[in-house]
Amino acid sequence: MDYYFRFGVVWANFDKLLQGLALGLALALVAIAAGTIIGIVCAFAAAGGNRATRVGVNAYVSIIRNTPILVIVLLVFFALPQLGVRLDKYQSFIASLAVYAGAYLTEVFRAGLSGVPRGVIDAGRAIGMTGVQVSTYVVFPIMLRNSLPAMGTTFISLFKDTSIATAIAVPELTFQARKINVETFRVVEVWLVASGLYVATCLVIAAGLRQVERRYSRL
Amino acid sequence: MESFLHELWIARYVLLSGLKITVFVSAVSILAGSLIGLVTGVALAYGPRPIAWLMRGYVDVVRGTPVLVLILASFYVLAIAGIHFTAIQSGIFALSIFCGAHMGEIVRGALQAIPKTQTEAARSIGLTFSKILAYVLLPQALRQILPVWINTGAELVKASTLLSVIGVGELLLSTQEIVGRNFQTLQFYTLAGVMYYCVNFAIESFGRQAERRLRG
Repeated sequence: MDYYFRFGVVWANFDKLLQGLALGLALALVAIAAGTIIGIVCAFAAAGGNRATRVGVNAYVSIIRNTPILVIVLLVFFALPQLGVRLDKYQSFIASLAVYAGAYLTEVFRAGLSGVPRGVIDAGRAIGMTGVQVSTYVVFPIMLRNSLPAMGTTFISLFKDTSIATAIAVPELTFQARKINVETFRVVEVWLVASGLYVATCLVIAAGLRQVERRYSRL
Repeated sequence: MESFLHELWIARYVLLSGLKITVFVSAVSILAGSLIGLVTGVALAYGPRPIAWLMRGYVDVVRGTPVLVLILASFYVLAIAGIHFTAIQSGIFALSIFCGAHMGEIVRGALQAIPKTQTEAARSIGLTFSKILAYVLLPQALRQILPVWINTGAELVKASTLLSVIGVGELLLSTQEIVGRNFQTLQFYTLAGVMYYCVNFAIESFGRQAERRLRG
């Protein structure tokens, strides 16, 4: 195998890769924030609400979780304009990822919610809190703490899913890597560096989340 | 609606062959990946230091990399390494590696969750390590991981859509070809979503069945 590694061209384009990484992180951050809100709302709706909302939430979670994210992304970007909804590529990717994230996070929060002991709810009611107060001050914090580990895994996997934005030409890390490949043909080097960046970012996110977990599980 | 049915009739063979490739690719990758994962998981839990570290590196790197990057990398990089795979082969390779890393972590978790006393009891009645693994640890671990395994299978079916990027004619690429001809984006992408849902629903029901059989 006569292959000589030349990382020069990769370092020359390294700023593009970093820009791509930053864009991916930004997309993930916005989508995760939106998805977390969707997830919390859906989890509470499914837990407390009537039959209809529970069936609705179940359908949403099961449909989105069993559909590939690439299909969702393409559907939102290419098919929604047919219905008159026009989003640019960033908006449409964020919307897709948020809807996708919401389904996974609903499951996470639902599991966290079911881990809240019955006794603390009763205790809250006993000292005269209203239902809403019990939910916000008692159930919500405990649920959040229960859900932290699973949230971390989901966040990391959602960050990795930003690579799929390359399919609709969002210039994130994978897109930039492919672009550099086309320009320089240093395929091995570019993919090594790109995967290295992904792995490093995931490790950093994981370490950060572990810190948060340690901070809040100590209470 | 009528024009959609008309187009659907024209596209029936393309869609079916796409579905066939999707199912084939997913099935092969799940099988290969599960085998890799089993070996990796055992090595992670009980292997000697250097092997365990090597496997830890493999698992962490692959789990920290998006599947799409793995697929693109194995499509382009393997060729330079002198291995000439077709698109579908390198796709299956990437998906198996991906599945293997995830399964490895799952198997390790399940193995380490088994109480130490099980191993000690088995050793005290004189079983060798390989026998302990085969008759005591793995049966318990496999029962534990069944739900997660089914879940990984469904994830893999979804990940197989990414092979469309390297030109494997699976269900999504077939759909894109069809859309490219008749411009019925909404209808056919929705149809693709429904088909994936059905495949995954079938996997899920199968998993529930198997779980009931194992528990009951």
